[in-house]
Amino acid sequence: MIPLVGLLAGIIVGVFVRPDVPLWMQPYLPIAVIAALDAVLGGIRAVLDGIFSDKVFVISFLSNVVVAAFIVFLGDKLGVGGQLSTGVVVVLGIRIFSNVASIRRHLFHA
Amino acid sequence: MTIPTTPPPAHPWKTLLRVGSPRATRAMLLAFVLMLWLGFALATQVRQTSTQGLSTLREDELVRLLENVQRDNVRLAAEQQALQAERDKLVSGQESTAEARAAIQQRIDTLGILTGTLPAKGPGIELTISDPKGAVTAPLLLDAVEELRDAGAEAIQIDDVRVVASTYFTDGGTGVVSLSGTRLTAPYVIRAIGDPNTLAAAMEIPGGVSDTMRQASASMTSTRPNVVRVDALQTIPPARYARPVPTPSGVAS
Repeated sequence: MIPLVGLLAGIIVGVFVRPDVPLWMQPYLPIAVIAALDAVLGGIRAVLDGIFSDKVFVISFLSNVVVAAFIVFLGDKLGVGGQLSTGVVVVLGIRIFSNVASIRRHLFHA
Repeated sequence: MTIPTTPPPAHPWKTLLRVGSPRATRAMLLAFVLMLWLGFALATQVRQTSTQGLSTLREDELVRLLENVQRDNVRLAAEQQALQAERDKLVSGQESTAEARAAIQQRIDTLGILTGTLPAKGPGIELTISDPKGAVTAPLLLDAVEELRDAGAEAIQIDDVRVVASTYFTDGGTGVVSLSGTRLTAPYVIRAIGDPNTLAAAMEIPGGVSDTMRQASASMTSTRPNVVRVDALQTIPPARYARPVPTPSGVAS
């Protein structure tokens, strides 16, 4: 419950505060969001698998976000930022799909 | 920190609920904060994406855009130049065509009046020579015509014969005068287009045409109608021997 409440509260705050994303952060924020989503779904899957750990969740969440942003940053420095962003999004997308598939199997037995 | 989960057939929905239930652990607080951040970032990014302009694009994307714009610019500029040049050409072509047409028409009019192939009208005088005694001779009429020409007559006709460069006068006995082979009958009517005052003055100078006519017991009266019509036409046979010499400047106007 608590994490869901946190998510909704964050969305509401984001909608109402309407912050401006700083320029240096603009290429990384979307990738970071995707990475965080992957971490969250991985956490839910771990819960259902019975192997959830708060510490693992927090660390995986943070490391996902940081590594994703760093890869994009590195790509920008190497001149392949666009392609690398696409690659990260594809990898994270595949992981999200496989996590969702696992969660679905647990919850709906299908 | 691993949650002790009862192996398999524990109900998955219950498991989810249990994990989510409020427990005041540090990790739970961290998870809350992280999820808060995720929601915030999600909302922000969605809003940013829907309002983003050029400022969020990457350097290489901007460079590509710039290159596209510049290429388009060059292409469009060239196209504009070509079209402008074409337009200028068309406009000037139209103008010069119209000018040439006007010049040619003017030339045709001048030559037509001069050679007698076009009817002409304008200010001028009309001379009527009555000759009861048949005293008017070809030289007398020729004198009258020459005098009119001296006075600047631009088109002349006697009775129904146009007077042009090739016109000739012949005497055919007493009171018989032929003009270019056409026999004239008294009274002779001479119509001339030109400045009426000059023409009339030229006829009346002492010892001139009028005097001579009077001495030959013919009488001449002149009138100045508003519009004199010289509408007798002359046909010109094509030149059999003479050929124009081309002028170096092309169309002489």
